Amino acid sequence: MTKTKPPVLDIRNLRVEYPLATGDVLVAVKDIDLVIQPGEIHALVGESGAGKTTVGNALMGLLQAPGKIVSGSIDIAGKPIDLRTGRTEGIVPGRDVGAIFQDPMTSLNPLFTVQDQLCEGMLTHLKISAREARARALDLMKAVGIPEPERRLGSYPHQLSGGQRQRVVIATALACDPQLIVADEPTTALDVSVQAQILKLIRDLADQRGVGVLLVTHNMGVVAEIADRVTIMQNGAVVESGPAREVLTAPKAPYARTLIAAVPPIDTRLERLPVPSEETKVTLEARDAVRRNNKKGNAERSDEVVLDVRNLCVEYGKGSLIPGRKTSVFKAVKSVSFNVKRGEIFGLVGESGCGKTTVANTIAGLVTQSSGDIDFQGNSLGGHRARSVRQSLQMVFQDPYSALNPRLRINNAIAEPILFYKLASNGAEARQDAKTLLETVGLPGDAGLRFAHAFSGGQRQRIAIARALGPRPSMLICDEPTSALDVSVQAQLLNLLKDLRDLAGLSMLFISHDLAVIRQMCDRIAVMKSGEIVELADTETLFTAPKHDYTRELLRLAPSLERILERERASA
Amino acid sequence: MAMARQSLLHRLPPVSVMIAFLILAVMLVLVIFAPMIAPMDPRDVSSYSLMDMEIPPAFMDGGDPRFLLGTDNQGRDLVSVILFGLRISVLIGIGAVLFAAALGVMLGLVAGYFGGVVDSVVMRIADVLVSFPTILVALLISGIARAQLGTDMVLTWAPVILIFAISVNEWVQYARTVRASTMVEVSRDYVRAAKVIGLPSGRIMVRHILPNVMSSVMVIATINLAGAILTEATLSFLGAGMPPTYPSLGTLIRIGNQFLFSGLWWIAVMPAAVLVILVLAVNVVGDYLRDRFNPKLMAR
Repeated sequence: MTKTKPPVLDIRNLRVEYPLATGDVLVAVKDIDLVIQPGEIHALVGESGAGKTTVGNALMGLLQAPGKIVSGSIDIAGKPIDLRTGRTEGIVPGRDVGAIFQDPMTSLNPLFTVQDQLCEGMLTHLKISAREARARALDLMKAVGIPEPERRLGSYPHQLSGGQRQRVVIATALACDPQLIVADEPTTALDVSVQAQILKLIRDLADQRGVGVLLVTHNMGVVAEIADRVTIMQNGAVVESGPAREVLTAPKAPYARTLIAAVPPIDTRLERLPVPSEETKVTLEARDAVRRNNKKGNAERSDEVVLDVRNLCVEYGKGSLIPGRKTSVFKAVKSVSFNVKRGEIFGLVGESGCGKTTVANTIAGLVTQSSGDIDFQGNSLGGHRARSVRQSLQMVFQDPYSALNPRLRINNAIAEPILFYKLASNGAEARQDAKTLLETVGLPGDAGLRFAHAFSGGQRQRIAIARALGPRPSMLICDEPTSALDVSVQAQLLNLLKDLRDLAGLSMLFISHDLAVIRQMCDRIAVMKSGEIVELADTETLFTAPKHDYTRELLRLAPSLERILERERASA
Repeated sequence: MAMARQSLLHRLPPVSVMIAFLILAVMLVLVIFAPMIAPMDPRDVSSYSLMDMEIPPAFMDGGDPRFLLGTDNQGRDLVSVILFGLRISVLIGIGAVLFAAALGVMLGLVAGYFGGVVDSVVMRIADVLVSFPTILVALLISGIARAQLGTDMVLTWAPVILIFAISVNEWVQYARTVRASTMVEVSRDYVRAAKVIGLPSGRIMVRHILPNVMSSVMVIATINLAGAILTEATLSFLGAGMPPTYPSLGTLIRIGNQFLFSGLWWIAVMPAAVLVILVLAVNVVGDYLRDRFNPKLMAR
């Protein structure tokens, strides 16, 4: 790291505005300063809407109309950017500034081979021959650690795995020896094991090539893992900026403190995550009402088995031309057995494609098992399900944006199952119940008069939970309920789900890929890999003394703030 | 995208669209109040006389101020026959669109929701149907109806037969669109949530999916309205549609066609001009609505 070189990025007083149709102006970025030295990884952290992606777009000249830079300066490698055009004299985006985007599935052109993809930028910017470009591409492939680089140059994106694709994206970003790389959530779409490799790759690039990296992320673990400096943004403004360790361990600004406190720790279990509680008088009263309603059916926590899954197998087949006949078969779930006790939160954890969501869908009745038994409160769940069974088993889905019918008012959406199961005698009474449920999940009672689009992701997820509580279920299946949400919202929702378990005597099947979340929520955990359960244990046992290699691997790779700090303390 | 949508919603439609809207509104009023507005009733033989036959429009030499657009070969006032013809054309057009949409939406929902065998059967039938030209199928159906029902019955039931004949092919387009949208909606979590709640399939389809696929149906319906009106006109022109005693615009053009080269051009051109204006106005409005309700510009 040579200090004589100018900083690769020097942003002063940057202000970006979006004029709105109403005549107002949305200030997306409010007068921020940001400096990145060569070889430095600077993390830009904040919740959705904080303006962190806008900063990245502004310096790459990718601001979407009508957004524009109103004031301030951006210097890339000592050369100022022309604010009107978003271009810098002597700086070519793609050559001097490389970009890594969030989704490796869409940031590669599906009709280009890896070689075309890599060479395109080089041939345009570097004025080298096709043969030289190919040689360089091969070097890049080796540098980012793709196995069999020769063969892979001829591959199309769909022939690569997600991790390999993201490596190709990184290689493309590096193709023309940039001085600065803007990485916008580079690992969010990836599994932990792949994430760890990609992060290490980015760190190595910064160290070995002296590339400056602007890392836009919402994941504090990722920041702790590789960032040198960190800037925390809120509503377009910088709240705190400094060396990563200082900011993460001793945040000064109140917002920075709450944001960091909301990150669920993976090494300890907290009774509640330390975020502002929504427990107002109204909420508590509503919860009392719910508790009275539910006491009749549901007992306290006990060892009684509510859900018993034995040797569950699920196969997906491709349909053939003749309806009803299947050609190829994919075994999504291979002989999975576990049980959930009354009042327990049972966790299913694993990487994408391990079959955890299929297990949830099968129990919920959205998918039919090919063999195996599911017993729920003494009823065998096969093809047809009794009304009482359906009523007792409810589900909360992952994506809050598609979980609510856009054409239904919220109170009607919540009242619908209440009326259907005749838990209220008429529509008005059902809507009154809906109001109580909305208050129970911490929303104002009159929220029901609006449509889904009026709510944020976290609020929609609360509404989805309220709807699931309507039929007074005894078991709630939560499929990644918080993975689409910001950390502070996630913390509030996790607290809420815990409260509801105690309140309504619910048993829960909780599915997540996030080990820290699982640790905070669950009593027992099953780790899944390729459709099988590799380890099933109490939460504490699993986290302190994991038996299976795969579990150990997952735990080792999960980015964790405390673990990194501990490691540093040990080495110091 | 949110901003593009807002500005599109707040902006007034272009002048051409406003004119088209105005034309349609005027035509709608004329059609509804035709019996009161028309100088005479073309269905009442006693209200016209052969003495008045083949009089040119009032603005031409030999014109008669009683007959603004002239008269036809039977002495009927063209303004009156066109008003009543327009009435029938619009009625059959709207009827055919409604019938086709209802049938198509229902089959599309069922096919998209259940998939599998149901889907295969419905969509294969659709594929077979659209491989026949609409006009051919419609000719076939009105021919069969004529043979089976006898002339008197056909005269009374002609509009219904035409509506059926035109929609037999038209529903396929609705079914395909609705099926595709339904398949998208079925995979959304709100539909899955409704399934987990335990709601019956019919209710999920009608209450949850239908409102979310309707916007594309409305757009197709507006665009198809012009097509349906034209198909009816074609059938009537070919003699397989409305009878001369109860003429639609197509029938009027057919009658006029016989006199086109004897100098009596107005008998064919006047109803044809009205048909062109009607179809053009419907198309302009349909195109505008399609852009306006483009699902890509609609926020989910």
